[in-house]
Amino acid sequence: MLLVLEKRAERSAVIAITSPLIAIALTLVTMSVLFAILGKNPIAALNVYFVEPLTDSFTLMEIAVKATPLVMIAIGLSLCYLANVWNIGAEGQFLMGAVCGSWLAVVTNGTGAGPWVLPAMLVLGALGGALYALIPAICKVRFGANEILTSLMLVYVADLIMDYLVRGPWRDPKGMNFPTTAAFDPVATVPTLIEGSRLHSGAVVACIVVMLAAVMLGRTIKGFEIRVVGAAPKAARFAGFSSDRLVLFTFAVSGALAGLAGIIEVAGPVGVLQPGISPGYGFTAIIVAFLGRLNPIGILIAGLFLALTFIGGEGVQISMKIPLDLTKVFQGILLFYVLACDSLILYRIRLITPYRKAADGTA
Amino acid sequence: MGLLEAIILSVIAASTPLLLAAAGELVVERSGVLNLGVEGMMIMGAACGFAGAWFTGSTFLGALCGIAAGAALSCVFALLTLGLAVNQVAAGLALTILGVGLSGLIGAGFVGEKISPAPNLYIPLLTSIPFIGRILFGQDLFVYFSVALVAAIWWFLYRTRAGLVLRAVGDSHTSAHALGYPVLKIRMFAVLFGGGCAGLGGAFLPLAYTPFFIPGMTAGRGWIALALVVFSSWLPGRLAAGAYLFGAVTILQLHAQAFGLGIPSQLMSSLPYLATVVVLVLISRARGTAGSAAPASLGMVFVPDR
Amino acid sequence: MKRLLMTAASAALAVAAVAIAATSHTASAADKLKIGFVYLGPVGDLGWTYMHELGRQAMVKELGNKVETTFLENVNEGPDSERSIEQLARTGHKLIFTTSFGYMDPTLKVAKKYPKTYFEHATGFKNAPNMGTYSGRFYEGRYIQGVIAAKMSKSGVLGYIASFPIPEVISGINATIIGAQTANPNIKVKVIWVNTWFDPGKEADAAKALADQGADVIMQHTDSPAAMQVAAQRGILAFGQDSDMIKFGPKTQLTSITNNWGPYYTRAAKAALAGTWKAEDTWDGLKEKMVVMASYTNMPDDVKKLAMDAEAAIIAGTLHPFKCPVVGQDGKPVECKNGKNLEPGQILGMNFYVKGIDDKILGK
Repeated sequence: MLLVLEKRAERSAVIAITSPLIAIALTLVTMSVLFAILGKNPIAALNVYFVEPLTDSFTLMEIAVKATPLVMIAIGLSLCYLANVWNIGAEGQFLMGAVCGSWLAVVTNGTGAGPWVLPAMLVLGALGGALYALIPAICKVRFGANEILTSLMLVYVADLIMDYLVRGPWRDPKGMNFPTTAAFDPVATVPTLIEGSRLHSGAVVACIVVMLAAVMLGRTIKGFEIRVVGAAPKAARFAGFSSDRLVLFTFAVSGALAGLAGIIEVAGPVGVLQPGISPGYGFTAIIVAFLGRLNPIGILIAGLFLALTFIGGEGVQISMKIPLDLTKVFQGILLFYVLACDSLILYRIRLITPYRKAADGTA
Repeated sequence: MGLLEAIILSVIAASTPLLLAAAGELVVERSGVLNLGVEGMMIMGAACGFAGAWFTGSTFLGALCGIAAGAALSCVFALLTLGLAVNQVAAGLALTILGVGLSGLIGAGFVGEKISPAPNLYIPLLTSIPFIGRILFGQDLFVYFSVALVAAIWWFLYRTRAGLVLRAVGDSHTSAHALGYPVLKIRMFAVLFGGGCAGLGGAFLPLAYTPFFIPGMTAGRGWIALALVVFSSWLPGRLAAGAYLFGAVTILQLHAQAFGLGIPSQLMSSLPYLATVVVLVLISRARGTAGSAAPASLGMVFVPDR
Repeated sequence: MKRLLMTAASAALAVAAVAIAATSHTASAADKLKIGFVYLGPVGDLGWTYMHELGRQAMVKELGNKVETTFLENVNEGPDSERSIEQLARTGHKLIFTTSFGYMDPTLKVAKKYPKTYFEHATGFKNAPNMGTYSGRFYEGRYIQGVIAAKMSKSGVLGYIASFPIPEVISGINATIIGAQTANPNIKVKVIWVNTWFDPGKEADAAKALADQGADVIMQHTDSPAAMQVAAQRGILAFGQDSDMIKFGPKTQLTSITNNWGPYYTRAAKAALAGTWKAEDTWDGLKEKMVVMASYTNMPDDVKKLAMDAEAAIIAGTLHPFKCPVVGQDGKPVECKNGKNLEPGQILGMNFYVKGIDDKILGK
C-alpha cells in the first residue's frame, strides 16, 4: 500500500474551510499527548494557549500590536513572492525604515516642532525601507546578482548601521551613554487608539494596507502583471510586461511597507530607537506571507494567528511554567499541521495498492 | 607559528561549519528543493552531536549523532514538502523554529558540561613542515572531511549518472518525471543528505570548535550557509571559495581590530557581509547569468501526474 | 496522513524523552508572594541570564514555599518587553525583576500602571516610587584582574574581548588597565569588539586573533567559555566571566568575576514579604558579595597575595580603582568632583578611555 497525493480537479471549498480546524485538532491531539507525558494538564494548557488570549481585552489588543508589523511586512513580501522575486531581507528594510524615520525624531527632539513630524517620519521610514530594498533589486536587474543573497546579507549590515548610530551620533546625551536615542517627543509618536493600552494607530494602517493590496491584486493591471509574471514569465514577456521593472517595483513596495512597519514600531510601542527593536519580524513575516497563501486577507488572518501563538506561549510560560523551547516546538508542529492540511485543499491523498502501481508503471 | 599561518588556520576553522552545511544544501537545491531550515538542522546537529559525544566519549559517534539529528529533522521537511506538497519556504522556516525549540530541550541538560575536542591530525615529519605543515596535515578530521565532501559532490554531480539525473530533476521535474525518473524519491535522498550535512556542520561547533554546548550556539551560521549556496551560483568549487572568503574576512576584521586601526567595529563586523555582496555582484556582472547553474525548478512544488 | 501522524508521534516522543526531567511546579496557595523574572537570553546561556537564574534558584531555596517564581526567557528588549512585564504584573506577580538594561523604559511604563507592584530593574538608572534599580560594581573585580594579568603576562600584551561599547564594558576595560599599570606601567592591551554578547564561535575567533598577535593573557566581557578554551589550547592564561569557568580551563583560569545575585534577590523578596520593600538604587560590589571573585588559581603565591590584598583593600574601602587623578587618553586628568574618586555617575555612564589604551571610543 502506498499513500500518494493527487491533484484535485477543483480546489475543495469544504477543505478550505475545515483545514485550519483539522490542523488545530491534530495539534491538540499531539500536544495533549505531550503535555500528558510532561505531567501537565493538557486541557488547561491548551486553554491558556488558545482560548484565554482571546477572551481578555488586554491580550486581544496585544495580539493586534504584535500582528501589525507582521501583516504589513508580509503583504509587501507576498507581492514579491507572487512575482517570483525572492526578497528575504525584509528584516533589514524594517530596520532601515526605523533608522530613516527616527532621524527626524532625533533632530527635532526637544525643538517644539509641530505635528508635521510624525507624518514626515512615516514618509521617511517608507522611503528608507524602499531605497534599502532597491539595492538588491538594482544589483539583480543591472548585474544579475541573486537577490536571495544580497537581500539577506544586507539585513546584517542594516543591523550594524543602526547599532553604530544609536551608540554613536544619535545617542541620548542624557542617557548615561547607553545605546538608545532620547525618548521621542509626543509629536513624533504614533498615537494609541485606546488610552492606557498599547494598541496604536499602526493597526489601522495595517488594515488599510491589507485592503489596498487586495484591491490592487484583484482589480488593477499592476496586480494582474504581478501574477502573470510570477505564474507564466514567458506569457508575460509576450504581453509586454517587463520583468526588470517588476523586480524594482515589488522590491520597492515591499521595502516601503517593511520600512513603514519599522518606523511605526519604533515611534509606537517602543518609543525610542535602540538595538533589538525587531524580534525577527522580517523573517517571521515570511511565514505569515505563505501561511496566508500570499493572499491579503489570508495574511491578515495568518498574522493574527501567529501573534496568538506568541502571546499564548507567553501565557503558558507564566501560568504553567512550560519552558519557552517547548512553545517553539509547539509552534513548529502547529505550523506543519496548518501547512499540511492546507495542501489538502489542492490535493487529495489516495491509497494505491501495489498491483495498481505495477499496472501504472510509475513509482 | 607565524601570523599568516595562524590566520590561515583560524580561517579554515571558521569556514568549516559553513562549508559542511552549505555543501549539503547545494545538493538539495540542485535537486530543485529549497530548504530554508538549515539553521534549525544545524542547531539540532549541535545539540545531539554534543549529547552523543558526551555519553559515548567519542567525537566520531557524536558526529554521527549530529548527522542523524539533522537528517531526522530534514525527514520531517521531506515528508511535508515532498509527500504533502507543502510550500517549501514556509516549511523550511517552520523547521527552523522547531529545530531551535527541540535543541533547547535536548541541550538543556548539557549546559555547563564539557567534552574533549576533536583531536588534530598529527603525522610525524609532515605536520612539522614549516608553514604548510599544520595547514595541510595538522587539522581535525572535520576539516578534511569538508574538503573531501565538496570534491565528492563535484564528482557526483558532474561525473556520475546519478548526479546527472539529480541535476535533471532540479532543472525540470516534469521532463525528468516524463523520462521515468522517480523525482520525489531522488529529492527525498537529496533532502536527507542535506540534513545530514547541516547536522554535521552544526555538530562541528560543539565537537571541535568550542567544545561545550549552549542553546543557539550556531548564531545564524545556517543563514550564512544558505547565502553561500546562492553565492556559489550552485557550483561546488565556487562554494568552497565563498565559504573561505567569508571566513577570511571574518577573521581578518578581528585581526585588524586587534592591531588597533581605530575603525568603528560595526563597520569591521559588517565587512564579511558586504564583501560577499560585492564579490557576487562582480562575478555576476562579469559572467552575466550564464555562469550560474541555478536549478530551474528550485522551490517549486511537484506532484506527479497519474 | 498516516506518515504525518507517525512523524508527529515520534517528534512528540523525542520531546517528551528529554523534557521529562524538567521540573514541574505545583499549584500555589494564594498567600505566596509571586515573583517574576524577565530574562534577556535563554536560561542556559551560561552567562548573564544563567547567573540571574542561579540567583532566582538560590532565593527559592532560601525562602521555600513562601514564594512562587515565574520567569520569562528570551524576552526581546524592543517591542515585546513591555507586554511581557505587564503580563507578569497583571497575573499577580508582586515583585518583578527585569534583568537587562533595555527593559528600563518598559519597566518604568508598567511600574506607573501598577503602583502596588514592586519593580526592580538591573543595570539601569531610572526609578520610580515602586521601581528600584540594582547592579554590581563589576569594575572592582576587573581592577584585580588587571593586577594579576600584568604580573602574569610575559609579553606585556593583554587581550580583551569586548561585546558592545556600553559604560559597564568601558569601565571594565579602564579598571583593568588601571590595575595592570600598578604592576607594569608599560602594559599594553589589545581590544576586539565582537558586537555580540553571545556567539561562541566568534568569541573563539577573537581569542585566537588576540593570541596570534602576542597577547598571553585573555580577558573577556562576553558570555561563553569559548575564549577560555582557546587559551587552554594555546597554553596561555585567561579570566572567566559571569560564572566560575575553571572547569573549562583548569590550568588556564586565573580567576573569574562571578555575578552573585542570590543574596540580593532573597533580601528584596524578604523585604517585600515583610512589607518593608522600598525603591532603592543598589550598587553592590565585592564587599556586599554581589560581585565575587572565583579562587585565584594558576599563579605563583606572590601574585596571589597581591590579588588578595587588592581585594581586601577594595572591600575595606582603602582602595578605589578609579582613585583620582584618573588620566584620560588625551593625557589630561578627568574631572574629579569630590577630590578622591570618580563619582558613581561618572562610572555608571563612563564613555572615555584612560591613558594606556590604544583603542578609540565611538564618537570621540
